[in-house]
Amino acid sequence: MNNDKEKKRYFAGLLRGLKSLLVGMKVTFREFFTKKTTEQYPENRAELKMFDRFRGTLTMPHDENGNNKCVACGLCQNACPNGTIHIESEMVEDPETGKKKRVLVKYQYDLGSCMFCMLCVNVCPHDAIAFDQKFEHAVFEREKLVMTLNKRK
Amino acid sequence: MFDFSIVTSWIHGVLTSVMPVGVAVFIECILVGVCLLLAYAIIAIIMIFMERKVCAAFQCRLGPMRVGPQGTIQVFADVIKMLIKEIIVIRHSDKFLYNLAPYVVILASILAFACLPVNKGMEILDFNVGVFFLMAASSIGIVGILLAGWSSNNKYSLIGAMRSGAQMISYELSIGLSILTIVVLTDTMQFSEIVARQADGWFIFKGHIPAIIAFVIYLIAGNAEVNRGPFDLPEAESELTAGYHTEYSGMHFGLFYVAEFVNLFIIAGVAATIFLGGWMPLHISGLDGFNAVMDYIPGFVWFFAKAFFVVWLLMWIKWTFPRLRIDQILTLEWKYLVPIGLCNLLLMVICVVFGWHF
Repeated sequence: MNNDKEKKRYFAGLLRGLKSLLVGMKVTFREFFTKKTTEQYPENRAELKMFDRFRGTLTMPHDENGNNKCVACGLCQNACPNGTIHIESEMVEDPETGKKKRVLVKYQYDLGSCMFCMLCVNVCPHDAIAFDQKFEHAVFEREKLVMTLNKRK
Repeated sequence: MFDFSIVTSWIHGVLTSVMPVGVAVFIECILVGVCLLLAYAIIAIIMIFMERKVCAAFQCRLGPMRVGPQGTIQVFADVIKMLIKEIIVIRHSDKFLYNLAPYVVILASILAFACLPVNKGMEILDFNVGVFFLMAASSIGIVGILLAGWSSNNKYSLIGAMRSGAQMISYELSIGLSILTIVVLTDTMQFSEIVARQADGWFIFKGHIPAIIAFVIYLIAGNAEVNRGPFDLPEAESELTAGYHTEYSGMHFGLFYVAEFVNLFIIAGVAATIFLGGWMPLHISGLDGFNAVMDYIPGFVWFFAKAFFVVWLLMWIKWTFPRLRIDQILTLEWKYLVPIGLCNLLLMVICVVFGWHF
């Protein structure tokens, strides 16, 4: 009885093992002929397209009138673990309603200390900032890494 | 069919016309040796390049692309790097054995390499027990690996060498059984004879079911025999750094590396010779036009095409499966491959006795 079970397990195991090996070989065989994912970077610089979720540089998208969505709330500045973002704002009185409103003056971003954690983008309530796909960051001076993201009016 | 013995007998004729036979034979031996070593080196380079490219393709990469067009000069650059590196002598090692080991490995590999019949009339070592000689010669490599592990005075090396010894001695049995299956079919052990008997059909077709089973067993055992994945635990890098060649550097390491790759080619070449017809072209009985066209392709092209196809199969296996544990390897051999091989041998004997083959 026990012997029969052993025998069955031996042959069933052998066949199951063979089948699973063939499944694995099928996968690699398909992979052998698929298009390769390697990017040959300096040569394909013109047509290289990074994937959408790549975190290149922090940017502040502007619409056609040169307006951004930033309300200078400072959440991104607080969220940043490295103190990469520095926001200058001022209080401006709206001429129509007479209410005081915070307005962004300067959005300073230091690429040199950014670690691309994306906490600033996640915390932004208005989706005013985003990461783009540019990654060629090398410059000769540190000061050039400090960027002002908002366009001055 | 191009017969290489025309060339060899012409050389022999020219040499004997100007000098005594003894000197001529001596010069011919040297010539053959030099050609053999040259072919050995070239095949090693091709194999290393192929390994890198095929491995890359299976992993959806491109592999070496920078040095030369499509990375073709990469291997030459590696060889030069290897040649100019220092051979470090380990202080507490057994110096004599330590330096001897890579040469034992390479000697075994070259001896086995010389057995392969590349073309008609192009056999170097060819005699009536060629199969036995090949297996005996290739087994010398185990001694080299054990020596390397022992003399390095390093526990990783020793564990790697012991694993290698256990594995290679076990899998030798499966290789022997699967080759024996074909020997039963051919009733000869001479490689040139084995190839000649396949003129009207390769043995994998002639021997049908038992031959195919033997071929599969041979591929599995062959992969284990040359210590390649999924049986690469003699050098399991995650456990033993590099196994038996951990302490070797420079060209001594290079010799192990080259021997490993050429051993893979030898395994593939033997598979091509005994299962896929060696240098015999593909003949389909009845299609005379097709057969005539196939005959125009020279024998060594057929041999290398078949051998590299088998190499590709072995690389496919290597880059698909994860490494086995030592107990799993021995289980696979002793509980599965050897019994199946023995049954298969019996099946082949029955087929041959009752004439159930083509």
